[in-house]
Amino acid sequence: MIGFLHDNLSYFLSGISVGGQYALIAIGYTMVYGILRLINFAHGDVFMIAGLVMVYLSSSLPFTISIPLVLIITVALGFLIERVAYKPLRSAPRMSVMISAIGVSYLLQNAALYFTGGLAKVYPSIPGLSKSVVIWGSTTKMVTIITPFLTVALVVLLSMLIKHTKIGMAMRAVSRDFETSQLMGIKINNVISITFMIGSLLAAVASLLYFSNYASVTPTSGSMPGLKAFVAAVFGGIGSIPGAVIGGFIIGICENIIKGGASIFGIPGTGWTTFSDAFTFAFLIVILVVKPTGLFGEKQVDKV
Amino acid sequence: MKKALLILLALVMLFPLAAGGSKEDGTTVRIGVFEPASGDNGAGGKQETLGIQYANSLAPTVDIDGTTYNVELVIVDNESSNDRAATAASMLVNEDVSVVLGSYGSGVSIAGSDTFRAAGVPAIGITCTNPQVTEGNTHYFRICYLDPFQGTVLANYAYNELGARTAYCLAKLGDDYSGGLVNYFIQQFEALGGTCISETFPDGNSDFTSYVNNAKNSGAEVFFSPVSTEAAQLIIDQSSSQGLGIPILAGDTWDSNVILQAAKGKSNVDITVTTFYPEGANPEFDAGFQEWVNADSTRLANNGGDDTVAAVTAMGFDAYNFALQAIKNAGSTDPADVMEALWTTETDGVTGHIALEKVNGDAIRNTVYVKHCNTDTGAWDALPAVVVE
Repeated sequence: MIGFLHDNLSYFLSGISVGGQYALIAIGYTMVYGILRLINFAHGDVFMIAGLVMVYLSSSLPFTISIPLVLIITVALGFLIERVAYKPLRSAPRMSVMISAIGVSYLLQNAALYFTGGLAKVYPSIPGLSKSVVIWGSTTKMVTIITPFLTVALVVLLSMLIKHTKIGMAMRAVSRDFETSQLMGIKINNVISITFMIGSLLAAVASLLYFSNYASVTPTSGSMPGLKAFVAAVFGGIGSIPGAVIGGFIIGICENIIKGGASIFGIPGTGWTTFSDAFTFAFLIVILVVKPTGLFGEKQVDKV
Repeated sequence: MKKALLILLALVMLFPLAAGGSKEDGTTVRIGVFEPASGDNGAGGKQETLGIQYANSLAPTVDIDGTTYNVELVIVDNESSNDRAATAASMLVNEDVSVVLGSYGSGVSIAGSDTFRAAGVPAIGITCTNPQVTEGNTHYFRICYLDPFQGTVLANYAYNELGARTAYCLAKLGDDYSGGLVNYFIQQFEALGGTCISETFPDGNSDFTSYVNNAKNSGAEVFFSPVSTEAAQLIIDQSSSQGLGIPILAGDTWDSNVILQAAKGKSNVDITVTTFYPEGANPEFDAGFQEWVNADSTRLANNGGDDTVAAVTAMGFDAYNFALQAIKNAGSTDPADVMEALWTTETDGVTGHIALEKVNGDAIRNTVYVKHCNTDTGAWDALPAVVVE
């Protein structure tokens, strides 16, 4: 058992690290869904823009300034997207908001295409994150070790915010019943803005971790991690924060176990890596068939 | 207010229609440039286009039967995507081009081929090395060597020079170029007596750590990965951080400053590539091109931020001059005449003498240049070229 773990440690490490990054993005999906019943398709692209902003800022500023600035700019972007593209549609059918979200997603991708000229940008190596370390015989980057701890710390902070603060209470109320909480005097526009800002902040943190590991940013870099994080959110039960985190870790770890299948299961073959993505999405289908609300999803109660 | 905004938006959308209407008079010949400027192969496509533009700046006119024609380049972006390639190809056909140059990337060339065939426009592949580009057709030509040749040279190099007996091969799923080259590599490597482990990664993948680990665990002695430069950046970075520890071998796409920039300072990666043209082989061309690139910040950005002379740039330069010679030989700007003339056109380019064989219209070439990445200086060191008779 120990020998098995030792031989395949690098696969598990990659899985835990990428899982933590999916988890951080997934929280953004799940929180927005919880409050607005909207799937924010532009979230993966906000993550990509955070990466690009870092590339451009770090070329002229030291990391101590550029990292906080990236977080601030991403939060502002999330706020702006909600104000411009979603708020005017608050009373429109949900489908219109969804289409607007898809529009924002393509707008961000094409804006990035215009500014980068279509070429992949090399992400700067952040000292401390990009350093190589050797753990029990496997070589990996420092960021791999930091990611799961940082993810858990941020989630604990976030749960405390939701459980113990006034704004957290307002969020819970709005997610329970939109109209009633409005009637009770909760300023729902503020609550929604703050939800988007928290989601964007976590996406910016995820982009720092993700691109430190996979150091190249292209206009479509956000779509695959975004999609996987969305799968993670659905898997855990969309609307549930612990669900999104656990879903993120499960998807990340499973993906890497499949890629390393030939070595882990001892069954040689070339199909393992080819089907790693297909596996992720097949997994989603199975979960939805067996448990339509996901692992921690709330039951739908029909009110008459 | 809202109405005014709507009208404004509608006017903005009409604007490109109004701008596109002008046609030149009879003394212009148009050459289509069918290259990716974005997507996986954007970096390479831009460098190849730069070579064409540089050649155009040196030879902006062509004499046909005593009349001087201006050469106009019509540049489209095929986005490195097999789905978009046909649309980009029709844009060129609609612009009445006499001949098309490109593309970087075999997949898009194959995808655009039918559009050119239907319109009767000849196309000259510059660095698309997959045999299927020209196989069985009379309108697609090519001025570079082919993958069966390149794959064989790489396999011989891995087996004889590096002494490897097990090779790990990584291709992109559904990619004609890397899939094809890996196949030819495996054929030759196994014929020599080696064993290969081959894997593929899906589109949009950026996590290569598990592939690197698979290569390590499989006991391979060489990592063969002739994938796009975009994936290459990630592979180099992650092989360094995961401590791959075996030489990486790749084909012509990796001869790019993208690779040099990614590998610089990472002393634990060892990269060897095969290519069409070693920088420094023609000092006059190199110096001229570098001066031209440094004169303009957009050109410099398109060349990846420095003035490295990529092999694809030299190939683009030769392709333009080859096409110009064919137009001269044809004595006409009619695509059908140019197609006829291409079969017998010969030129001496910076990458060597170019002549085409008579079956598929492929270049007759027998030299592969080999380069090794120097991670200290961030430049290529030339290794002895391989000549196959």
